[in-house]
Amino acid sequence: MTSISLQNVTVDFPIYNARGRSLKNRVMKMATGGSINSESGGVVVVRGLDNINIELSRHDRIGLIGHNGSGKTTLLRVLTGVYAPTSGKVDIRGKCTSLINISLGIDPEATGRQNIFLRGALLGFKKEEMKERLQEIEDFSELGDFLEMPVRTYSSGMQLRLAFSISTILQPEILIMDEWLATGDEGFKAKANQRLNELVEKTQILVIASHAKDLLAKNCNRVVWLEHGKVRMDGAPSEVLDAYFGP
Amino acid sequence: MSEFLPFICVGLIFWGYYTQIVSEGCSGFISNSDIILQLDLPFFTYILRVWYRNSVILAHNLVIFPIVLLIFWKSIGPSALLVVPGFIIVTLNMTWIALTLAILCTRYRDLTQIVQNIMQVMMYVTPIMWMPEHLPQRASHVMLDYNPFFHLISVVRNPLLGQTVTATNWIVAIGVAIVGWSFALLLLKKYRARIAYWL
Repeated sequence: MTSISLQNVTVDFPIYNARGRSLKNRVMKMATGGSINSESGGVVVVRGLDNINIELSRHDRIGLIGHNGSGKTTLLRVLTGVYAPTSGKVDIRGKCTSLINISLGIDPEATGRQNIFLRGALLGFKKEEMKERLQEIEDFSELGDFLEMPVRTYSSGMQLRLAFSISTILQPEILIMDEWLATGDEGFKAKANQRLNELVEKTQILVIASHAKDLLAKNCNRVVWLEHGKVRMDGAPSEVLDAYFGP
Repeated sequence: MSEFLPFICVGLIFWGYYTQIVSEGCSGFISNSDIILQLDLPFFTYILRVWYRNSVILAHNLVIFPIVLLIFWKSIGPSALLVVPGFIIVTLNMTWIALTLAILCTRYRDLTQIVQNIMQVMMYVTPIMWMPEHLPQRASHVMLDYNPFFHLISVVRNPLLGQTVTATNWIVAIGVAIVGWSFALLLLKKYRARIAYWL
């Protein structure tokens, strides 16, 4: 049973300047009691998330909205398991797949076909599993013979097609997205959007951070408004979106 | 000369291997920061990548050794197969060193440079460019027996040169691996949750 539970989750970021990261300065500080050097490499702490309490269960489709710097990406990273919270508890049941960067793991020097396996490995697929899906990915991307060429020869649109075709091949339990995936040219767009909608249907929990009102209204059954690391509103899309964007 | 050249051939190849693993291990997490900040993969994966890449390069570099043996018309007996367990011990040691350094260097960024300088000094202190027989008796005790790198390089170099690996070499190499791994695992357990914040 997939579920995500965040209880009193707080994330504090230590900001190190060059002096704070120096072993030499640290040793000097210990020896002199920190009183001699006034720029002793202090550590500034920024609170990214402040006491977040969220419960997600199966069939939840959560939209995250908030101003820039409100903590959306930090919350997404806590959900993926990248940041362990500084205090509080996170309980994630089910496999989390992050589509925040669909080109993660793509090596520009390797051919398109090799990159399918590379990217697949980072998505959690074994080589045999990728082999089964290879034909499907190749057909969807419509890249044809270009799949034999190194990815650095592709145009940015082609790289996007490749990354998209590979990344949407999964059957996720929990899907994390930062903005709807960019989908390329007109011809590809319709196909891609349909594929993405199918993917969203199949997942058990969806979390998407976005600034687009219509997107969130269409895809989510619950919207969370983050401000300065705290949850300002958490409820039905119609309410929260009207409050945030204005009627 | 026929003793010395194969000696420095093997020594330099393996020393280059150690230095590279140590250097790339230091930046093991820093260079993979984009993946670490997006996927929750086990941290040892990045160390394994460093180890594997450098081991393949080592295999390519070792090709020169049989050529050197051929030039000097030397042969090695079946006791050279002891290089395989020797290499396993070396791997066990290199991986804990790389893991520890990766964690420490991610927090203290100038440690990378310090480590590189230490490795350069170790190259001259360890018998790579000079043979241990050339050392006067009274000095050899300190420079050889207390130098863990001497033992690490002996467990792979001696079998390939047809010499015996002494019990001290085995004991120190294995002992350092056990102590080192305990330390590395404790460090990982304690700071695992903080590594992503340091990047």
